[in-house]
Amino acid sequence: MRRAPRLPGWTVALPYLWLALFFALPMLLVAKLSLSHTVLAVPPYAPRLDLSHGLAGLGAFMRALSFETYARLAADRLYLDAYLSSLAFAGAATAILFLIAYPIAYGMSRFGTGARQVLLMAVILPFWTSFLIRIYAWIAILKPAGLLNQALGLLHIPPLNLLNTNTAVIIGLVYAYLPFMVLPLYAVLERQDESLIEASRDLGCTPSQAFWRVTFPLSLPGVMAGGLLCFIPMVGEFVIPDLLGGSNTLMLGRTIWTEFFANRDWPAASAVAIVLLATLAIPIALFQRQQAKALS
Amino acid sequence: MDPGADRSVSGPVTAPLVRFEGVAKRFGDLAAVDGVSLEIAEGEFFALLGPSGCGKTTLMRMLAGFARPDAGRILLGGEDIAGLPPHRRPSSMMFQTYALFPHLNVEKNIAFGLKQQGWDKARAAARVEEMLALVRLEGLNRRRPDQLSGGQKQRVALARAMAPGPRILLLDEPLAALDRKLREETQLELKSIQRRLGVTFMIVTHDQDEAMVVADRIAVMREGRIAQVGPPREVYERPTSRFVAEFLGEANLFPQGAGFRLVRPERMTLSAEPVAGAMAGEVAEIAYFGDRTRYVIRRSEGRPLLVSRANLSAPLALAVGDAAWVAFDADAAVVLGG
Repeated sequence: MRRAPRLPGWTVALPYLWLALFFALPMLLVAKLSLSHTVLAVPPYAPRLDLSHGLAGLGAFMRALSFETYARLAADRLYLDAYLSSLAFAGAATAILFLIAYPIAYGMSRFGTGARQVLLMAVILPFWTSFLIRIYAWIAILKPAGLLNQALGLLHIPPLNLLNTNTAVIIGLVYAYLPFMVLPLYAVLERQDESLIEASRDLGCTPSQAFWRVTFPLSLPGVMAGGLLCFIPMVGEFVIPDLLGGSNTLMLGRTIWTEFFANRDWPAASAVAIVLLATLAIPIALFQRQQAKALS
Repeated sequence: MDPGADRSVSGPVTAPLVRFEGVAKRFGDLAAVDGVSLEIAEGEFFALLGPSGCGKTTLMRMLAGFARPDAGRILLGGEDIAGLPPHRRPSSMMFQTYALFPHLNVEKNIAFGLKQQGWDKARAAARVEEMLALVRLEGLNRRRPDQLSGGQKQRVALARAMAPGPRILLLDEPLAALDRKLREETQLELKSIQRRLGVTFMIVTHDQDEAMVVADRIAVMREGRIAQVGPPREVYERPTSRFVAEFLGEANLFPQGAGFRLVRPERMTLSAEPVAGAMAGEVAEIAYFGDRTRYVIRRSEGRPLLVSRANLSAPLALAVGDAAWVAFDADAAVVLGG
């Protein structure tokens, strides 16, 4: 075996530098913002860090920070509702995604190599079109006189009022995240050893028992990976609820947008974002552990 | 078993447990199994031996239910099993890759078939212990397959296949993944387990030594057909074709008419002195194996002769390049058709 070529020590630091500059630093800024309070000014918050006064300025700045915004979040039922509603949307969409994606991934893994490549391509193909355009396309499908209702009309079924409802949000989420659920499931199902299924059949399993006793338990890492890969970003999703949801659709992405742009309450928007990150830390940690286990 | 009994199908079988009747299987243009008729007796250790691609694995998989014969019948205990799916066949298979369930520990792997058959917990647990004792893996109940050595995996696979009490155990190249020393030990152990349990074993192997060590009878296969069936000594000492003669060990073949005369290397006698009636040649190679020494004797014409000499007494005073004389008794030669 060849040893990996030795890289100079500083190259290891590069990704960390990148993360520090483009992830940690912005997060720190958001955290700082969440501890500020709103003022009528540009930008609309105080205190502002003024380093020209040296350490004394830093001290004054630190003293002016407070957790008051977080107290406000805790006191106002709206925010809690937005969190719970976001978790519910993401949870429901994840469950539906699993039910749709598993048969797709399972079916794909049963095909020959050639057909598999084509099917895999079909799953990835939507990524070649702009995400925004694909969501707009759903507006065209779901709107009152849209494609769906025209089709229903041909079948003499009364029209459905789906656009700007929570159902439309779920449809959009399921549609947009489907590949992220299919691919991890496909990856575990495709590399499953066929002789394990034969062994279970030999030991008395019918085909469906073989699935539930062998195939499915062995695909759980893929279920876990796909679930978290979809659940985590869906909680904070903004575009889909904004374009497909109604005025009563409560999701955190929209709450943050409203606080930031409509209310010009930057500290509140930042605090909501920080709490969201903290909430998602648990599933993210789970995901990381899952990935590490899959690699070992 | 009486060696003089009916041999019309494939050897001395008193109570056939398995009977293949004109079984054939094609994969596209390839006739993987081409009209095989064979009987395997209850309690027998039977080996299907042949080079890779000879159809031996396909034949076994048809018995297990993983492949369907295109023609012919397979009877198990007198019943045609063609329509039975794998899970309803009273056979168990031990896979070449062992196919242990990676998400289950040793105990649950062994109990897999028992659970499927609806054994109650206490009885299944007792059976698992019995199987672990059989393969000498007591105490490893909670290990996961990835925490086992190759030899241990092989034993768990055997225990799992034996646990539900199959009428016949099918072993697909069961020892191929083990190193030589462990393989030789395990061959003897397999044979002893089979003898103790009295269960019919059918092994598929490409290793003639393995087949000869473990099996009561061997079927040598070639290109989808049975070339010869018989006890190890018979197929080795009395092969009926050149293919079988050469596949099972080394062979000296002397053309005779349309066929050959076969003499095994250990039936040749070698001498450093001229012997009346012996074939003269020159030592081309000497290989020392501890228990025996193998000589290659080059002659002025014909194929080089192979001589194997047990190292019982003082070695012959022969070196590479020396003149040597090779002879054999008339009863050491077997006449082959072609």
